Amino acid sequence: MRNRLTAALLAAAAVPALVAGLLLPAAGCNRQSGGAGANAATIVVGQVASMTGGTATFGVSSDEGLRLALDEVNAAGGVLGKKVEVKTEDDASVPDQAKTAANKLLTRDKVVALIGEISSSRSIAMAPEAEAAGIPMLSPGSTNPKVTQQGEFIFRSCYTDTFQGKAIATFALKDLKLKRFAVLFPINSDYGTGLRDFITAAVKAGGGEVVATESYTESQDVSFTSQLTKIKGANPEAIFVTGYYVEAGLIAKQAKELGLAVPLLGCDGFDSDQTVKIGGPAVNGSYFSNHYAAEETRPEVKAFVDAYRAKYKNPDGSPKTPDAMAVLGYDAMKLMADAIKRAKSTDPKAIRDALAATKDFPGASGVITIDAERNAKKPIVILKIEDGKFKHVSTIKPE
Amino acid sequence: MQEFLQQFVNGLSVGAIYALIAVGYTMVYGVLQLINFAHGDVFMVGAVLCLVLARAFGFVGPEGVTESWLAFGLVATLAVVGCGALGFLIERLAYRPLRDKPRINSLITAIGISLLLEYGAQHPKMFGATPQAFPVGLLGAGITKPLFTVAGVQVGRVDALVLGVALGLMLALSYVVLRTKQGLALRAVSFRFDTAALMGININRIISLTFVLGSVLAAVAGILYAVKYPKVEPLMGLFPGIKAFVAAVFGGIGNITGAVVAALLLGVIETMVVGYLPGGSNYKEAVAFVVLIAILLVKPAGLFGRNVVEKV
Repeated sequence: MRNRLTAALLAAAAVPALVAGLLLPAAGCNRQSGGAGANAATIVVGQVASMTGGTATFGVSSDEGLRLALDEVNAAGGVLGKKVEVKTEDDASVPDQAKTAANKLLTRDKVVALIGEISSSRSIAMAPEAEAAGIPMLSPGSTNPKVTQQGEFIFRSCYTDTFQGKAIATFALKDLKLKRFAVLFPINSDYGTGLRDFITAAVKAGGGEVVATESYTESQDVSFTSQLTKIKGANPEAIFVTGYYVEAGLIAKQAKELGLAVPLLGCDGFDSDQTVKIGGPAVNGSYFSNHYAAEETRPEVKAFVDAYRAKYKNPDGSPKTPDAMAVLGYDAMKLMADAIKRAKSTDPKAIRDALAATKDFPGASGVITIDAERNAKKPIVILKIEDGKFKHVSTIKPE
Repeated sequence: MQEFLQQFVNGLSVGAIYALIAVGYTMVYGVLQLINFAHGDVFMVGAVLCLVLARAFGFVGPEGVTESWLAFGLVATLAVVGCGALGFLIERLAYRPLRDKPRINSLITAIGISLLLEYGAQHPKMFGATPQAFPVGLLGAGITKPLFTVAGVQVGRVDALVLGVALGLMLALSYVVLRTKQGLALRAVSFRFDTAALMGININRIISLTFVLGSVLAAVAGILYAVKYPKVEPLMGLFPGIKAFVAAVFGGIGNITGAVVAALLLGVIETMVVGYLPGGSNYKEAVAFVVLIAILLVKPAGLFGRNVVEKV
């Protein structure tokens, strides 16, 4: 009896795992906004964002930026004489749900254009839906090159990882004068594996050396000590972490605990106040590439930061400083409104063509020109984490 | 060699947390022959409650985190007590009414409770689905520093804390189980349920005690886990829970020593797979499970389990 029971128990162990696996994508509830039947008096744009889940600060920040831009657009009389309305669907930071959310917006809400996602994996998941429906999709912050390769209707208003990976690698080689690097990347992320390749290539091209490459599973692994112990054995001068902020914080903390006192180098996935909250003092001394720095003095940046700080507050009531995802959400909304205006119609094809023809649009995160591959070329900034704050170190112009 | 020893220490520290959870699984199985799948979620509630209480008491606020072991001890104790009460309630409300019914009913109820806790906690009014940082700063800024280094092997303060607390609780538990009257009753109930009742043992009390003890250990594990990996979210109990369950089966379900040894072993195997196999982090779970299956093929009752001959 005991033997058979043990076997039955093993089978039973699979049950909750399976059940949880099935239910996971259903996590987090949708934001039911307005309902169907778009009012003819408004232009309805859909937004897919990670309002909850593993990268919730990305969705919340870009949504806040987008709402700020939306208020400004509507306060200035809207577009084509109509108010713009944005319907948001939460994808709970899960790629499959981003696809479902996009579908919902396309079929139920009949949106004329889509804005989203921040994460590359989720943008890649939803892009085929937009492409098939012939609705233009503008990603505010997905940097993996594959995103806009999904089709003629898919755009981004940020730079790509080809540029970003090269920029942070070159910065590490030239400015920090480091030679030996380790790379720790999330195996289940398009963003992370793409950056791993671009950074590795740039390090080699620049005369540096990648002495260790280790992987982890994003939004599942919390222990990185075995990878870090291995990396420590290879004796690098810095570690590239090509993932998002939760893991970045955990990795920094565990590296410190193992006595691995080298800086972490990362990309825009580090940009969240949670990096510092989770990593604590261990993240100090890290560098990452980003879309903008809140301390920049360009007038567009100042106007945006002031407006944002006036509109949004931290839980303790102090004004909230916008992170990069906020400025990207803001720029995406502004650019979309501008494109609809230039299209002189809400016909999705006309909006697509207007987006494709974007030239020298003055965004808060930089001047946006959409190239033939539907990507934006913009300067990149390098930030350093000091005392838990992000400090602007350098700006790199696109080639 | 130095790297190997370091990986070994890393593995022990992961395994110690699995051990604390596994003991709860195995104890409940020992007395009730029930797999309490909600156990991994009591682990999660421990960490969540600790964070929520620290906020409620103002130890974690916009101005920063109060660096005080006393504050941490207070919220951790309250969270552990809360989880003990939760374990009591789960048994009283969900499992006791089904005790005489076919065992599969309780098993499905256990899965239901597990999902209720996981998805209930995801509700924005409860905790929300977003991972939140655990205020490790409560334990002082020095907590992330290494405690000592032997022959190049770092033992972190957090690891020492995890191992120390786990060891202490295991000793306390074996004292309770082996040396006290309640423990004797517990062993009697797990040996033969109905006969124990005939001997004048209050079965309900002993079963409640088992759930409370198990939940307390799970809550402590949850808090230690959050100190080690400061990311708190409603689904954080899923994988540790499954692994602890595996360890409980691996060690011979119902056997406390077996669960502890197996959990430590599982932690070490997992760490070594990542450390020494190329691309190991992608299939560390798979390798751990293959080892488990291999051992069960040779020893079907688990490492320390007894083969009981069924009398027909």
